[in-house]
This record gives sequence, C-alpha cells and structure tokens, in this order.
Amino acid sequence: MTSPKPTIEQVNEEAYLLRFGNHINEQTADQILWTTRQLKRLHDIQDLIPSYTTILLTLKTQAEQPHKLIDEIENILNESTEQAAIPLDQRKTVVIPVYYGNEVGPDLQEVAKHCQMTPEEVIQRHSATLYRAYTIGFTPGFSFLGSTPDELHIPRKRTPRHQVPKGSVAIAENQTAVYPSVTPGGWQIIGRTPMELVDWNSEHLGLIATGDSVRFEAISREAFLTQGGKLDGF
Amino acid sequence: MAFNIKKSVMLALVQDLGRFGYQAAGLTTGGPMDEMAFRWGNALLNNDENAAQIEITFGLFSLEAQAPTSIALTGADLGATLNGQSILPWQTYAIKEGDILSFHQPVWGLRAYLSVKGGFLCQPTLGSTSTVVREHLGGLHGNGAKLAVGDSIAYESSNEHRQMRVPRHHIPDYSQQDIPVILSYQSADFSTTDHETFFSSRYRVSNHCDRMGYRMEGAPIGKEIRGITSEGIAYGAIQIPQDGQPIVLLNDRQTIGGYPKIGCVTRAGGDLLAQRKPGDMINFVSTSIPQATTERLQQLDQVKQLFSTNH
Repeated sequence: MTSPKPTIEQVNEEAYLLRFGNHINEQTADQILWTTRQLKRLHDIQDLIPSYTTILLTLKTQAEQPHKLIDEIENILNESTEQAAIPLDQRKTVVIPVYYGNEVGPDLQEVAKHCQMTPEEVIQRHSATLYRAYTIGFTPGFSFLGSTPDELHIPRKRTPRHQVPKGSVAIAENQTAVYPSVTPGGWQIIGRTPMELVDWNSEHLGLIATGDSVRFEAISREAFLTQGGKLDGF
Repeated sequence: MAFNIKKSVMLALVQDLGRFGYQAAGLTTGGPMDEMAFRWGNALLNNDENAAQIEITFGLFSLEAQAPTSIALTGADLGATLNGQSILPWQTYAIKEGDILSFHQPVWGLRAYLSVKGGFLCQPTLGSTSTVVREHLGGLHGNGAKLAVGDSIAYESSNEHRQMRVPRHHIPDYSQQDIPVILSYQSADFSTTDHETFFSSRYRVSNHCDRMGYRMEGAPIGKEIRGITSEGIAYGAIQIPQDGQPIVLLNDRQTIGGYPKIGCVTRAGGDLLAQRKPGDMINFVSTSIPQATTERLQQLDQVKQLFSTNH
C-alpha cells in the first residue's frame, strides 16, 4: 500500500516538522514508526518527537552539513511511502497488569453508567483491546494509547483532579493511558497498575515507546498488592 | 574544593547546554535560558562548551570559595559583589580562598551565569547536569533541586588566572524590545488581521513567566482557530491558547501540545526574552529562516573566535 509523501517544514533555525497527512490511523502510525527508526541512524540529529501525524526533528546546533542531512531526510521520507504495514511481531508488546476496582478506580461506576454497561463489561472491553502508543508526552513516560472501543468513549472529567495517583489507568475520548507519576489529570480513572512505567536508569526511560503495542490484563486485588501496588492516593 | 552556598532565596540552578535525546520519552531539554551568555562564560575560561555553570535568576544568592580559581560572570548584571566590591559581568575574576561572591538584585537583565575554571563538578543524570525542577532531574544532587544554603558545589582549584573580557560590541543589549519571530507551524491558519495585530502590538511580560514559558499580555489573536492534533513543540514556539494571549515556550517546555502555534521566536530572541521581567514590554518582529540562521551562526562564530584567541 502506498502512503502519501510526507511534507517537511522548517519551524525554527534548527527544527523541522515532518507531516504525514491529517488522519490518525494505523497506516500513518506505521509510516511514522518506520521513519523514526530510519532517522535515528542519521548523525547530527539531536532529538526526535514522533506524534500522531508528525515527527518533530531537531538538528544539533553545529550540524556539519545541514543541507546534505536534509537531502538524506528527504530520501527517507520518499521511501516511507512504499513501506508495508509493520507486522505486530516487529513491534514490542507491553502487557500491563491492572487492578480494576472502585478503591483505585473512582470513576469506574460513572464510566459504566455513561456507557450503559456493567463495571465488569467495562473491564472486559478495556482489557480485550490491543492498543497502540501513538505518542508520548504531557509528562515523562505518559503514553497516549488508542483506540478504545467505540462503546467506551467518554469525555474527560469536567474538573480535573489536582492529584492523580501514580499508576492510575484512565480513559478519555477514544484514548487510554497510565499516569506514570503523580500529576494533575482530567481523565476517567478505572484502575491502577503496580508496574513502574518510567525507569530513569534504562536507556529508553519509558517502558512504552511510540509505536509499541500495549495490552491491559486484569489482576486481583491480592495480586496487585503482592506486586507492590499501593491503594492510597485518593 | 568547592563553593559553599551561603544564601539562596530565589532560583539558582546548575545548567549545561541541555539534556538531549530524550524528548521522545516526554523529557524536556532544560539548558541555559540565555544560551549565548552561557556560551560566552565557558569561552572566557577556555572551558568545554558544555561545562556546568550556575544560572542565577534575579539575585539574592551568595557563595564562599574554599580554594583559589578563576570565574567568569556573564548575562544579567545582578549587582554582583566580590568581598563587598562591585563587579561587572562579561569578564573573568581571580578567586582566592575565603572570597565571598554575592548577587543582589537586577540592574540590567534577569539571569546571570557564573562559570568556574574547568566547570562545576556534578554527576550528570541522563547525560546532562541541567536541572529541571518539574521533572526532579539533574543538578547538584541529581534530583532536580535548586541550589540551597548548605550545598557545596565542587570545582578543581587552580592558581591560573587570565584576565579576559567579552568585546564590548558583542555584549547583548538587554533593553532591546524587538523579539524576532520565524513564522511557521500553523501561521497560515491565522488571518491577515491576526498577523497585523501580532506584529504591530506591544506585548507585556505577564507574571506567568518561568523557565517553561513566557505568557504575554496584549492584543489577543487567533481566537477562532481550533485546537490541532498534538505535535512536537520546538524551542521558542509561540502557542496561542483560546484566550488569544501568546505563550512563548522556552527551555523547560512540554514536548508535545495541541494548541495552534503562529511560529517560533529565534534562539537570539529567546535569549533576550529570558532576560525580561514581568511588566516589561516587547514587540514581536518578523524575520526569515535564512536571516535568523545567518545571525545565529555569526553569534556562535564570535564565541568560537574568543575561545581560539584564549587558547
């Protein structure tokens, strides 16, 4: 399948925005993942921020031959249109254990009511879907995962919480996420994971990288506590 | 050997050029708010360009030397004194054991840089000593804490001192009100009237200005423009939220965001803005990418020349 040719726009002295159309979908995400992997091999690139439909690329301040580098980037973008979908086995899959329960998921009942199903059905649907990490941001290691099944779509909370406990698993609109650290947040919280999502000592920092597949697995309260989960925070 | 911190009331942070390569994981870069002032500091002392310095915002900061060395002050004039005697920025000073270096309050600009021969000795976190308070990362203790009374910040003592100063014509004019802007990102989505308003109005630096960004107050623009799909935010990006008041995103900016952006202030423009205080007035002026790039390369060359004559 051929994808449209991405465009390249310089946004300041050292940064370039690569745009891959306007549609958020798996095909675009695959193209962005493939391109990011190729760009990482080039010298003189300081930083890359892949997102839903774009990659922001920053060159090192004293990049030696920026024009030559831009030509190489153009070549990669041209090639990216011919790339086939990236099979699942070439993407990392991260399984995240979640204790879904009212004491750590204070919005679970409200979500069930809004979606006209039982809390058990919410849990079943949330954990039966294979998600994709479309981008990372907001705070270090916060992965925006899509897409939740249509019947789980729900708006953000009207008033965000001042403090969302670390590990909280939440949904909003057609996305889901885990809060890797204590931050304010407006998403609907349905459970909590005992897993550490950010490791300052690992090379990639975050357990989840853009392009990875993510699945949630329901665990019991007991297993949650055994794995080091904490119940406080609300 | 070390400087002992005797007073730290406002904000004093260890910074190098920044923490790079981790934006994909959502980490900001940090780094000196006035990058050229930082670069001049290391060049004056013949240091590695990335050697750690202390960025002092506003003043009310004081330290005592435990051993001889050579220091450079660049950036803002915060009414610094050495053993009670006034000293000026943009030059080097010899330091001996027991010397007290103090920063009082802003005379000219807002952020001063203190560099020491060989750089301050701090353990880098993820490849950088830059302190990001919000992320609890970097700095003297690696945990993002600002420098506090009782801290000791180490350096190699040295009896070598060379009197060096930045040539007068290369010292930036911090009273300059024109901040150059490269139109980019969603600039085409803004109306002609928005563009005219943006470049012909004066904007005031609001009280909401910090290392993350400077929120401006003035004629609102782009109120009818909708949010966009979240995308990477470059240095200097000018975000226009729903109230139409521009926010210039600087060193500690978030990595992605969904507000429309009219463009980016240039690195030189960001350096100037970072020296402004709440209540100061500025004008955004349009520049082109080739012009901004040429000016940036010229500035970097000037620093390099001083470094090579110093060698």
